[in-house]
Amino acid sequence: MSESNPSEQDRQKSHPPTNGANLGDEPARADRKPSMPIDKSKLLTTDARIRKDIRFRRMCIITASASVLILAFLLGSILTAGIPTLSWTLLTGSPEPEPENAGIWPALMGTLWVCSMCSLITLPLGIGTAILIEEFTPRNAVAKKVFNLIQLNITNLAGVPSVVYGILGLTAFVSMFSLFDKSEGNVGPSMEVGAVYFDQFSNLASDPFVDTGGAEVRERFFLLPVESRNSPPVVPQTGMIAYENQEEGFIEVEIIAIDALSQQPSADPEELSRTIDNQSTPGRISENQWYYLRLPFGRGVIAGALTLMLVILPVIIISTQEALRAVPATLRAAALGLGSTPWQVVWNVTLPSAIPGIMTGSILAISRAIGETAPILIIAGIVYIRSAPQHLMDDYTVMPLQIYNWTSRPQEEFHNIAAGGIVVLLAILLSFNAVAVLIRHRMQNKLQ
Amino acid sequence: MEQLEPKVQTLLLRDRRNLTMVRFREKGIFLGLIGCGLFSLLITGSIIFVLASETVTFFQFPEVTLSNFFLSAEWTPLLGDTKSFGIWALISGTFLVTAIAMVFALPLGLITAVYLSEYAPRRVRNTLKPILEILAGIPTVVYGFFALMTITPFLQWCYSGFNVYNTMSAGIAVGILCFPTVCSLAEDALQAVPSRLRDGAFGLGGTRFDATVRVIIPAALSGIISAFLLAIARAIGETMIVALAAGSRAQVTLNPGKEAQTMTGYMVQIAGGDVSNFGMEYYSMYAVAFTLFAITLSLTIVGNHIRRKYRETYD
Repeated sequence: MSESNPSEQDRQKSHPPTNGANLGDEPARADRKPSMPIDKSKLLTTDARIRKDIRFRRMCIITASASVLILAFLLGSILTAGIPTLSWTLLTGSPEPEPENAGIWPALMGTLWVCSMCSLITLPLGIGTAILIEEFTPRNAVAKKVFNLIQLNITNLAGVPSVVYGILGLTAFVSMFSLFDKSEGNVGPSMEVGAVYFDQFSNLASDPFVDTGGAEVRERFFLLPVESRNSPPVVPQTGMIAYENQEEGFIEVEIIAIDALSQQPSADPEELSRTIDNQSTPGRISENQWYYLRLPFGRGVIAGALTLMLVILPVIIISTQEALRAVPATLRAAALGLGSTPWQVVWNVTLPSAIPGIMTGSILAISRAIGETAPILIIAGIVYIRSAPQHLMDDYTVMPLQIYNWTSRPQEEFHNIAAGGIVVLLAILLSFNAVAVLIRHRMQNKLQ
Repeated sequence: MEQLEPKVQTLLLRDRRNLTMVRFREKGIFLGLIGCGLFSLLITGSIIFVLASETVTFFQFPEVTLSNFFLSAEWTPLLGDTKSFGIWALISGTFLVTAIAMVFALPLGLITAVYLSEYAPRRVRNTLKPILEILAGIPTVVYGFFALMTITPFLQWCYSGFNVYNTMSAGIAVGILCFPTVCSLAEDALQAVPSRLRDGAFGLGGTRFDATVRVIIPAALSGIISAFLLAIARAIGETMIVALAAGSRAQVTLNPGKEAQTMTGYMVQIAGGDVSNFGMEYYSMYAVAFTLFAITLSLTIVGNHIRRKYRETYD
């Protein structure tokens, strides 16, 4: 009886006096104030009440269909603008400045890199946290307090705007709290692994003022290796082995260095094409291996993945918790009764039966990460990226960011390209959602 | 029986495994999980630490004063000589967009939730819910595109006084964005009302409308309010729509046809533009983020608190 008390009170509270008055001459209840006389003129007949109900039902149906119409209108307006621009170029091209050649390939690959890294990091963390809260509930009071704090914290983290996570990511991952603060003039990262630096020279013939004696000499670029980013520029000397970046990779070339002011270059076109002015200033470039790492992370893929992790971690934790809660307690009790340790229960009993629910939640969370723009925009800025990322520290752009970039330009053509990009993005997201729905459907069938 | 043999063998082998090893592993895994759990606390801690410390750095610039920040309504951080950092200009823009969004999202969301929970036949429910989920899964940049390319021209066609960037179209788009949030949270609240209350209302001769308006909505009121608060928090933190459609001029206005910058819009402007790192404008982003975080966090905490309370009442 004592358990049902609150709802009992609520029922009384939720009965406004007029409702009871509909019944006519019901005797006044003890808790009703006698100072509230029943105004008979406000009483509705049964017919009127039914009419009201029907009117309300109509209004509900209109509102609900309005929401469907809005969705249809939204999708329709985007599809009509986007479908005509869908083309192979859009899918495989890079975001060129001319709208007709612009494509979304680097952004697509960027999304793939960032979101797969993000899910690799987030899934273990999120599922671990959910298991901790749901399956390892402590018995002592202090630990219980800590657990409640973690739970409360997660619900509140889910409400933090993603742009704030972007700000956190900017400080925590991109510049790493400026802990690796560099000395004056050092603009690059403080620590790096897997980068080789070169000085790039162009050949003498690429200078339009050099007399090539009428011979056609093509422009060539030579790379001379240097020790580190900060070492002084190389002075080219005849006989040095330089690298030339060709389609099939680096090719070794023996260079000829002359002082262009005092020496006359060789007249032979082949020799001329590999002659370098030893007074020229080279450009410092780097070739990064696939395992290239640096600290702080800078605006690379890994910083984006970690920032998106912050965004979707609460989502994954909450959905995993729900999936774990749906596992019948009898299964756990049976496993415990057979002498399993808590982790054995989780690993062999709870997780296998919760896995469809966890997968559904995770897929939805990852599709959220795919569509998330604001945090990536905060950490990466609006950048012009022409190629897909090659390693974890490479610059990148993601699809929503590319769409934002195109939408915010004034030209009409870019808006159409943006619509095309949106169609691609929505297609990806819808297929993700479809997979999630399918898994949920199967799970429901299994449970039934 | 013969297939079972290997299984039994492995079980026996497992049995022989050292018990201390098992205990050790158990401890290790537990510690790992504790680490995962503490990580979420670490996130909150570092958000507060980062925002607070960088905001302090911002206020250490000689041009920035606390009174200017909290009392002025003029936000002109990018003007050379007359820089002014009055946060109220951004807050008013944010609240205007949020208010417009809520005018659309709250009533429509609540009515749809009532319909889904109380009126809709099973078939309609089963089609409407996935549609709402699709709406909720559409990235915000798509809504931004929709606001700029569809809603704004439509508004301008209706009334020529609308600017290219205006808070009305951003507000409508944010409203559409928040609609599924309101709807599903409010529906959860309505569903949580015990059916005995509903039955009681029907038993007294009430129509569905009577039961809904007189009994179920009052009983679910705290849940509905928490849904509203969470939706408001979401609207305040919404970024891409306002960055695209609301414009980039911070001003105090009540005219929904004019442009106005929001807090999130300003952050995007600074992050996307080429303002030098470690300048005053850069740090002003953190001060704005701190304000935004404080507002949304308090709304979320209150909303979740109310929601937990009503859950306890009926569980």
